[in-house]
Amino acid sequence: MISRLYGAKGWSAIVAAALFVFAVFPILNLVLPPEHPLHVSAFGVTLGGKIMCYMIVALAMDLVWGYAGILSLGHGLFFALGGYAMGMYLMRQIGREGVYHSDLPDFMVFLDWKAFPWQWWNSGSFAWALFLVVAVPGLLAFVFGYFAFRSRVKGVYFSIITQALTYAAMLLFFRNDTGFGGNNGFTDFKRIAGFPIATAETRMALFALTGATLIATLLFGRFLVTSRFGRVLAAIRDAEARVMFCGYDTLWYKLFVWTASAVLCGIAGALYVPQVGIINPSEMSPANSIEIAIWTAVGGRGTLIGPILGAGLVNGAKSVFTNAFPEFWLYVLGLLFILVTLFMPQGVVGLVRQWKSRA
Amino acid sequence: MLRYLLLLAFLLVAGDAAAALDAGLVSKLAHGDGDGKSAAIGALVASGDPQAAVLLKALADGELQTAGPRVLIVKGESATDAATGEAVTPLPDAREDVVANNRLRRELDSAMAGLRIFAPERAVRAASIKELSGNADDSMRPLVKKALAQEKDPDLRAELAMIAASLDLKSADRAERLAAVKLLGASGNPNSKSLLLGLVDKAAEPDEEIRGAAQASLHTVEARLARAQFAGLVFSGVSLGSILLLAALGLAITYGLMGVINMAHGELIMIGAYTTYVVQNFFRAHLPGAFDAYLAVAVPAAFAMAALVGMALERSVIRWLYGRPLETLLATWGISLMLIQGVRTLFGAQNVQVENPSFMSGGVEMFPGVVLPFSRIVIIGFAFAVVAGVALLLTRTRLGLFVRGVTQNRAMAACVGIRTAHVDTWAFGLGSGLAGLAGCALSQIGNVGPDLGQSYIVDSFMVVVLGGVGQLAGTIYAALGLGFANKLLESWSGAVIAKIVVLVFIIVFIQKRPQGLFALKGRAVEA
Repeated sequence: MISRLYGAKGWSAIVAAALFVFAVFPILNLVLPPEHPLHVSAFGVTLGGKIMCYMIVALAMDLVWGYAGILSLGHGLFFALGGYAMGMYLMRQIGREGVYHSDLPDFMVFLDWKAFPWQWWNSGSFAWALFLVVAVPGLLAFVFGYFAFRSRVKGVYFSIITQALTYAAMLLFFRNDTGFGGNNGFTDFKRIAGFPIATAETRMALFALTGATLIATLLFGRFLVTSRFGRVLAAIRDAEARVMFCGYDTLWYKLFVWTASAVLCGIAGALYVPQVGIINPSEMSPANSIEIAIWTAVGGRGTLIGPILGAGLVNGAKSVFTNAFPEFWLYVLGLLFILVTLFMPQGVVGLVRQWKSRA
Repeated sequence: MLRYLLLLAFLLVAGDAAAALDAGLVSKLAHGDGDGKSAAIGALVASGDPQAAVLLKALADGELQTAGPRVLIVKGESATDAATGEAVTPLPDAREDVVANNRLRRELDSAMAGLRIFAPERAVRAASIKELSGNADDSMRPLVKKALAQEKDPDLRAELAMIAASLDLKSADRAERLAAVKLLGASGNPNSKSLLLGLVDKAAEPDEEIRGAAQASLHTVEARLARAQFAGLVFSGVSLGSILLLAALGLAITYGLMGVINMAHGELIMIGAYTTYVVQNFFRAHLPGAFDAYLAVAVPAAFAMAALVGMALERSVIRWLYGRPLETLLATWGISLMLIQGVRTLFGAQNVQVENPSFMSGGVEMFPGVVLPFSRIVIIGFAFAVVAGVALLLTRTRLGLFVRGVTQNRAMAACVGIRTAHVDTWAFGLGSGLAGLAGCALSQIGNVGPDLGQSYIVDSFMVVVLGGVGQLAGTIYAALGLGFANKLLESWSGAVIAKIVVLVFIIVFIQKRPQGLFALKGRAVEA
C-alpha cells in the first residue's frame, strides 16, 4: 500500500514537506525574534496558509479535470460553501462582543431580525459546522452531478452550466434576505473553538492543520489515481464511449470523483476562512472559479504535484504583483492563460519532464 | 350637463370680478391682522383673477403700501390702485409698507403657485398643475374649477379634471361626490385607484350608492391599470430580449456555427461601446453641429473595431486551438482579462459617459404611467435589423454559403476548394463585429465601463445554449423568451430571484435537452 503510493524518493519529499510545515515554519515564526532575518511574520503565515488552501482546491480541480476530463468552472462555489459553513460557526463564536452586543450577528441586528433564520439551526455547534462543511458542498455536487452526468452533459456544456450555477449562487448570496450577510458576508471573527483567533499560536495551529490536510489530500489523490478506479477515470477522460461499451457505468465513476472533489474544496474553504478572516459572495464569482483552472493548468494537469506547484506559483506571483505593480497583474494573468494553453499544455511539470528527457 | 351649467354660472360671476378686485378683500389684505390677511389671500386665490396675482406678487416683493384707506402698488415713483388698477398721481406722501411675516410669506408662495395655473404659457401651467396635484386642498376648489373651465389643452384638462374630482370627493354635496366618483372611473390616471380605494370603505363614505359607484369605478380603473401594466411588461420583456439578442447574436456565430467558445465575447461588446464613446467625443470636439448624427458613424466604427480585434485574435490565438474547446475557453478568458485591463489603462477604471443623440432621449407615453423610452424602441428596431442583415448575409452571399459549408462539413468544404482557414477568420470577424454592434447599442442605455462585457457573457451563453447550437432562429426565440421570462418573474419576485430562477431553469433544461431548444435534426457524431 505504502509502496504503491510513492517510491522512496516521493516519500522522503513528503516527509521533508511535513517537517517544513510542522517544525521549520513554526520555529521561524514563533521562536525566532522579529528582528531575525529568517523570521516569518504573521502576514507570511497567513499567506502561506491561504496558498495551501488554494493548493488543496487546485488538487481537487485536477482530480476532476486532469484525471476525469471534466472542466468545472464552478469549483469556487464549493469552496465558498465550505467557507460559509465555517463562517456561520465563527459568527456565533463572536457571541455578544459585536457592535450591537446582541446574541444575533451584527448584520441581523442591522436588518432588524429578531431570531435566527432556519439556515442557522444549530450553527453554534462546532461538530455541526464540520458536518456542514462536508455535507453542503458534497450534497450539492452529488445532486447537480447526478443529473448532469446522467443526461451525459459533458465538455463545454458542462463547464458553462457549472459557471451558471456559481453565478446564480453568487446572486443568491448577495441578497440580504438569504441570511448570510449579503454583500459583506462574514467577518470580524473573534475566536474558534474557544481559542482567540488572532493570536500567533492559533494562527500557527491553523497553518499546520492546513498543511496536514494538504498532505492528506495529496495522498488521497495518489491513492485514487493509482487504483483501478483511477485507471477507469483516465479511460473515461480519453474515450468515454468506449468505456461505456466495455460495460462500465461511467455515471458513478464521474459522480464519485466529482463529489469528492467538491468536498475537498469545501474543506479548503473551511480552513481558508478562519485564516483570512472574511468570506463574502465574491468568492463565488465566475472569475474566481476559472482562476482555479489556470492554477491547475500552469502546474500541469494529470499530475498531482502539478496543481500544487501551479497554485503556489500563480498565487505567489499574484501577491508579489498586486503589491508591487497592481495594474499589471491582470495582464500577467491573462497572458498566463494564453501562453499556458498555447505552449505549455502539460504545464510546468511537462516542461521539467521535457527538459529531463533531453538531458 | 348640470355641471357645465354650474361652471358657466360660476364663470359669469367670476368674470364679473375680473374687471376689478373686490375692494373689501384688498383692504383686508392691506389693513387686516394676520388671520384676516391669510383669509384674504385665500379668497383672492379662489377668484383666480390675473390681477390677484399681480397684487400678491407686489405684497411678496414689498411693493404694497397703504395711504390712508387706499391700497397702492408702488413701483419706483409710479403707483397704481391695488383694487381698481387705476394709476394714482401724484403719489400720496403719507404711505406705509404692508408687512408680510414668515407665515404669510409661505402662504403667499403657495397662493402664487396656485395662480400660475392661469399663466398663458403652457409649460408654466403644466408645472403649476403638477404641483397642485400633490397638495390641493379644499380652499383651492373654486380655483381648480375655474382653471378647468378655461383650459384648452386636452392633457392639462384631464389632469385638472382629476384634481377637481379628488377635491369633489371630499365635498359635502352628495351629487358632486357621485359625479366625481364616476369621473375618476373614466380617467386613466393611476392615482385615481388610491383615491377610490378610500371610498369603498364604509367608515369613509356613508352613502351606499356612492360606495357602489366607487366599487364599479375601482374595477374599471384596476382593469385599465392591469392592461397598462401588462403592456409595459411586454415592452420591457421585448426590450430586454432584443438586448440579449444583440449580445448573443455574435456568439451564435462564433460558438453556434464555428464551435469556438469565446469568453472574450463580452469584451468585444465592451470594445464596441468604447468605440462609440470615442466617436461621440470626436463629434463633440470637432463637429458639435452634427452631434446627433454621431451614431451613423459610431455603428460602423464599432462593428469595424470589434471585427478587427476579433480577427486579430483568431489569427494569433484561437486558430491554434480549434477542436480543443476547453483550451479555447481558458485562452479566451485570458484575452478577456487583458482586454479589460487594457481598457482600464487607456480610459481609466471609471465608467465613461455616452450621451444619447437628442432624437433618442424622451419617450412616448403609451398609457398613463407607462412610458416607452425612444432609446429602447430604437434598440428593438436595431436588433431586428441586425438579425435580418445577418440572415441575409448567411443565406444570400458567397461568404454565408462558405460559412455554412464549413460548418456542416469542414473536410468536404476544403475538398471543393474553399479556403477554410480564411472563412474561419472572416466568420470570426463577423461574430466579433456583431458584438461591437451590441456594444454600440448598450452604450445608449447603460453604463459604459471596463466591466461592461462581464455582465453579459453568462447571459449570452445561456441564450445560445438554450436556443440550440448551429442556427440563428433558436437564438432569436431564446433571447426573446428569456427576456420576457425574466421580466415576468421580476414583476412577481424581484430582479435577483428572477435571474436565479432563470439560471436554474436553464441548468435543468440543459440536462433534459443538451442540444438546446431547436437542435438540428440528424445524427450528430460525438466530437
